[in-house]
Amino acid sequence: MKLRGLFSAVIAIATGLIMLVGYFVELPILVNLRITILNWVIILAAVALFLGLFNLLAVHTDKIRSKEKGGIYSLILIFSLLTTLILGLWLRPDHALMALIFKAIQLPVETSLMAMLAVTLMYASIRLLRRRNNLISVIFLVTALLILLGTVPLPYVGNVPILGDLIRPFIVQVLAAAGARGILIGVALGSLTTGLRVLFGADRPYGSDPSRGGK
Amino acid sequence: MNWVGLAGFGLVILSAILMAGLAFLRRKSTPAFREIPAFARLRKAIGLAVEEGSRLHISLGRGGLTTPQSAAELAGLEMLRRLSELTAASDRPPVATSGDGAVTILSQDALLASGQAALSTGYNATPARLTGLTPFSYAAGVLPVMQDENLSANVLMGNFGVEVALLTDTAERGNTSTLAGSDNLTAQAILYASAQDPLIGEELYAAGAYLKARPFHSASLTVQDILRWLIVIGILVGALLKLAGVL
Repeated sequence: MKLRGLFSAVIAIATGLIMLVGYFVELPILVNLRITILNWVIILAAVALFLGLFNLLAVHTDKIRSKEKGGIYSLILIFSLLTTLILGLWLRPDHALMALIFKAIQLPVETSLMAMLAVTLMYASIRLLRRRNNLISVIFLVTALLILLGTVPLPYVGNVPILGDLIRPFIVQVLAAAGARGILIGVALGSLTTGLRVLFGADRPYGSDPSRGGK
Repeated sequence: MNWVGLAGFGLVILSAILMAGLAFLRRKSTPAFREIPAFARLRKAIGLAVEEGSRLHISLGRGGLTTPQSAAELAGLEMLRRLSELTAASDRPPVATSGDGAVTILSQDALLASGQAALSTGYNATPARLTGLTPFSYAAGVLPVMQDENLSANVLMGNFGVEVALLTDTAERGNTSTLAGSDNLTAQAILYASAQDPLIGEELYAAGAYLKARPFHSASLTVQDILRWLIVIGILVGALLKLAGVL
């Protein structure tokens, strides 16, 4: 088992190094290797998606079999999944019926969930001061309020003067943009070091890790 | 290779050398980090999960491993593995949800590799679940897990969008604590307003180090700090040169 973990690590580290060096150094052999590996990855991702669908089916079949709460929804999910899969394979995804299924079922359901978000976020904003009663929360809420007032025209008043012309653009283009860039730089540095930890084999999100006593 | 590519490659090499060197130097010392309250609360939740026989829920988001968001997914998977190891003695294994096939397979692998006692005795076969492939179908699939699985805490770590508000709201209604972080800026703003313990910016990637630090984890945090200072100096020098009319 330890050998299997070592084998996985060697493959992952070697592949990662080829991809990384191939991205920066344009040697024909490296570029070709990189493209080949990318093609393998695409195929593996498609197979993983298929396995994921089996996982979804297994979870919901278990729910029905063990008569868990909400089993009827699992039944509806399995029926919908199989119907869509069979129709998609038979008619092809670009068929008018498939487009209708997407537009008449999937899109409205997701749009209504999106609409629910507006209520959820408003409720979360109200509870924010109760949860974290500090200066940063006050600044957060005041900024959100200023942006809303500066963006949406008021009835009978229209655009709020100064707020819409000066304050909102200053917040959005200077303060918020600077803050967002700062956070994005942090995210980029975090991504870089996370990738390097995987390349060094310190983080192994695959197989067992013999150094931790994994099986 | 143009100069931008060369600079990027140089940055990666410099970071790798710094990380390896610092990890070697710190291999015997105990790392010290600044206190992040979210992680202290998570440690309590882990203890509670083992004592009470409740479960931890780790949601890895809907990003894939072949997308630019893969680093957030890798950080989430590392967190899952560590949490799974820490709760290995529990009667009930953590449950992991994700929105990508490959991440689901890896999360199943992480749970099995951690030596979970409950999994080896045949308890509930599917602790890692694919809940949906689009943002909202993913969220809709996670909601029943959060409501029905007797959870003590939710850890949302990975790539989330605006749909994360539905998850944090459900966690709050269920009186379970939520530690949440995303690489997406909009999601971070939503998490600040709606999650009990939001992780902002690079805190998402530091989670592994806070739970069970090894030399490479503490070294990677130091490398981040060094690079951050280099960027700050670069920005200031650039601004001064621009003011002076050189650039």
